[in-house]
Amino acid sequence: MKPVIRVQQHDFSVAEEYQRLTQASNCGAVVTFSGLVRELADTELEAMTLEHYPGMTEQVLAGLVEQARQRWQLGDVTLIHRVGRLTLNEQIVFVGVAAPHRKAAFAAAMFIMDYLKTQAPFWKQEHTAEGSYWVAAKDSDQQAAQNWQEDL
Amino acid sequence: MVKVKFFAALRERLQCAEHSVPVHAGESVAAVRAWLIEQHPGWRHELLEKDVLCAKNFVFVDLQEPVSSGDELAFFPPVTGG
Repeated sequence: MKPVIRVQQHDFSVAEEYQRLTQASNCGAVVTFSGLVRELADTELEAMTLEHYPGMTEQVLAGLVEQARQRWQLGDVTLIHRVGRLTLNEQIVFVGVAAPHRKAAFAAAMFIMDYLKTQAPFWKQEHTAEGSYWVAAKDSDQQAAQNWQEDL
Repeated sequence: MVKVKFFAALRERLQCAEHSVPVHAGESVAAVRAWLIEQHPGWRHELLEKDVLCAKNFVFVDLQEPVSSGDELAFFPPVTGG
C-alpha cells in the first residue's frame, strides 16, 4: 500500500483523512494524531512560519513510513505536514495509521512522529510582538527518537 | 560544480540561499565547507557550528561523504517540525 504523503500550505480535514483510513476490511484499528500551533509560555504568538526543504522533505517522510512498515504490520498510512504561515490553534501535522490491531497502530503513529521531529527538514519560526525567532531543537525530541533505536 | 543550499536560521545569517561550489575528484563535504569559508570568511562561525546538519542529494551525510559534480548539498540547523 502506497502511503499518502503530502506537504502543503492549505489546511486538511481530519474527518476526511480518517474516513479514508477506515476503508480496508482487514484493519481493526485506526490511530490518528494531529499537531497544532500552541501559545508560547512567556509571550504572545502572532503567527508561525514553517519552512522546509522541498524534495528532501517528501523523501524523508516516505522513508519514515517505510521504516514503520518494516517494524509493524500496517494498513494505510497518511502523513500530512503544512508549511507557510500558520496562526494559533491551526493544524500543523497529521499522522494516521490503520492496522489490523491497535498496538501496531499506536506504536507506528508515535514512531513516525518521533522520527519526523528529528529527521524531517522542517523549521519553525515564531512571530511575536518582540520579533521573529527560529525555534530551537529540543533534546527531549532527540531522546524520543533515540529510544526507538534502543527498542530494536 | 555542486549546488549548495542553506535553510532557515542558517540561510538568514549567511544571507544566502544557494551557492555554486567547484569540486575536484575525491573531495568531500568537508572540502566544500572549507571552500565556502575561504570565499566568505564571515561564514566561518556559522558553518563550523557543531549542530549544523548536512544532506547530499536529500540524504543526511557526514563531513567525510565524497561529493561529485552535479550533487546537491544542503547545510541547515537542527530540524524543528511536527
